[in-house]
Amino acid sequence: MAQIELSTIRKSFDGTDVLKGIDFRIEDGEFISLVGPSGCGKSTLLRIIAGLEPQNSGQVHIDGRPVDGIRPSARNLAMVFQSYALYPHLSTFDNIAVPLRMRRLSAIERLPLLGPLLPGRRAKERGIRADITAIAEQLDIAPLLRRKPGQLSGGQRQRVAVGRAMVREPLAFLFDEPLSNLDAKLRVHMRAELAELHRRLKATFVYVTHDQAEAMTMSSRIAVMMGGELIQVGTPAEIYNDPRDIRVAEFIGSPKINILPGRVRKDGGIDVLGSALRLACGATAGECRVGVRPERIDLGTGPFSGSVVHLENLGAEAFVHLAIEGAGLRLIARLADVRHLPAMGSPVAFGFASDAVQVFDPAGKRIPLRAEQSERVREPAHV
Amino acid sequence: MSHTHSVTLRAILRHLLLIAGAALMLAPFIWMISTASKPQTEIFSSELHLIPHQFALWDNLREAFAKANLLRFLLNGVIVTVSIFVLQVMVALPAAYALAKLRFLGRETLFALVLFGILIPPQATAIPVFLLLHKVGLLDSYAALVLPFTISVFGIFLMRQFFKTVPDDLVDAARMDGISEFGIVWRVMLPAAIPAVTAFGIFSVVAHWNDYFWPLIVLNSEQLRTPPLAVAHFRNNEAGTSYGPLMAAAMVIIAPLVIAFLFAQRRFIEGITLTGIK
Ligand SMILES: Nc1ncnc2c1ncn2[C@@H]1O[C@H](COP(=O)(O)OP(=O)(O)OP(=O)(O)O)[C@@H](O)[C@H]1O
Ligand SMILES: [Mg+2]
Repeated sequence: MAQIELSTIRKSFDGTDVLKGIDFRIEDGEFISLVGPSGCGKSTLLRIIAGLEPQNSGQVHIDGRPVDGIRPSARNLAMVFQSYALYPHLSTFDNIAVPLRMRRLSAIERLPLLGPLLPGRRAKERGIRADITAIAEQLDIAPLLRRKPGQLSGGQRQRVAVGRAMVREPLAFLFDEPLSNLDAKLRVHMRAELAELHRRLKATFVYVTHDQAEAMTMSSRIAVMMGGELIQVGTPAEIYNDPRDIRVAEFIGSPKINILPGRVRKDGGIDVLGSALRLACGATAGECRVGVRPERIDLGTGPFSGSVVHLENLGAEAFVHLAIEGAGLRLIARLADVRHLPAMGSPVAFGFASDAVQVFDPAGKRIPLRAEQSERVREPAHV
Repeated sequence: MSHTHSVTLRAILRHLLLIAGAALMLAPFIWMISTASKPQTEIFSSELHLIPHQFALWDNLREAFAKANLLRFLLNGVIVTVSIFVLQVMVALPAAYALAKLRFLGRETLFALVLFGILIPPQATAIPVFLLLHKVGLLDSYAALVLPFTISVFGIFLMRQFFKTVPDDLVDAARMDGISEFGIVWRVMLPAAIPAVTAFGIFSVVAHWNDYFWPLIVLNSEQLRTPPLAVAHFRNNEAGTSYGPLMAAAMVIIAPLVIAFLFAQRRFIEGITLTGIK
């Protein structure tokens, strides 16, 4: 269990800045997800924490101790890789044993032929065996201990990789997209298992993913990275409901948040698609963008109308794709009741509550709102 | 009907061609065995026959072993080729690991030099190396036979290409587990690269077992001779070349390679195809 503190971490590869000053504190026992699109520098940041990659500037502290220049193994962190990175020539048992043998046996005891003859080796091997058996029980891989990684399924390899990380009782676990090589069903299953593992071990988990669903379902906090910067850190609910930046709003949530073009009037009121919202803000007049989550769009009533161009019925819920005439715009609305789906091509009226609205300035920053009346938007805009 | 006819005809033609090729390749070996089985008089007779009238293989072998200490020469061959291979691996694997997986200034230049080194034939450097060994006083020793070949640029190149295909994550996982960089070479990379090491071993052992040029230059003492020199010994006899024992000795020295091939045939072919692909 450990607290990890990053201060102004910068990293560049061949002159291009990959990390642009990351300041970030991971609390003890936290499950934190680093999410962001491909190439935003998540893996690089994780590797810097692990010590596999040196940063150009900035410091990493683990439990208040600076670890810069300290070897990866001496930082006492464990990492689970996307490709699992199991040693292909070793059995499951030996794979999990490697970190223990490296730590508990001396260099001479590790020698191939001579080592096993040394007096202390037996007792140490017995300890290692006991630890591995305990881990294997926990992870349900006891029957697989004799197999080589090539003879395991993806999910089993994943578990062995987690076992290899767990067995050394590290200060913190680092995961780099550990589930992305699994099929969808197994991924959901492993998601629950990892979350449960975290609750049981109470260790610090740093979890890199580009799958926002994984981040939303498992983590205590999410850190959203874009283009080498952390743009928001918060609980999943905060990130979802109160995104500070339009890129966060667009990245988190599936299907994606609907973005409508809007205007801030001189008096601070906001117009969307020709209707005024019962909202006001302190921003200067001009263009803005208005975000509304699909589940916050109410179909059937409201000042706007669109026609149904596509329907996705998932059984428990349905997504209605609407095209808005004249605006060249597509919206997605979530319908909880799939028994009353609108017909394809039919016109549908829709609206949304004013507290469902997130307004962003042209640069993408969130504009704080003052609710004039938390009521449905109905009246047409005064021109 | 005519279709199957033409197919069989083409198959026959194809096999005839292959048999002709095989015969051409095998002819010297067959001639070697034939000559090794003939008495001296038959070897020098003007008529050409493959099957000896009088089977003299045992006599020739006995004479070969009597005239030269063949067992000693075979042992020399084993000592030299095994030492060369072991040292080559000890140099090539860490070098290849550094060139494939470590990031350092000048890595690409070094690799370019390795490629350049492959282009230099050993004969071109023979005289400088000879003079060097002379200065150090190592001529006419096992060291003279082994040392010049310990750094195999081909080996470095081959292993580097293979190490490139080993995922970086595996190396990083080893680092997280606390394995040192040298430990990674021997505990992680070597086991992953066994097919490539085997292929390289085949090339190395065959080349140095059969090497005639270098031992001929650096050796003087009889007891250090490698197998090919031992065969040449029969030619240099003042009493004239005794072809029967010479061919019998040649059979003996190629036997270890042939037997090794028969035992490790699959590995052998795997290794050679591997170097073809990579
Ligand atoms: N060793 C390297 N040499 C040069 N550039 C690198 C290196 N490692 C990463 N990069 C670059 O740094 C950027 C960030 O890479 P990183 O692997 O951290 O992205 P990521 O957020 O993990 O993406 P993904 O979700 O695809 O894994 C990328 O543009 C990548 O090309
Ligand atoms: Mg990555």
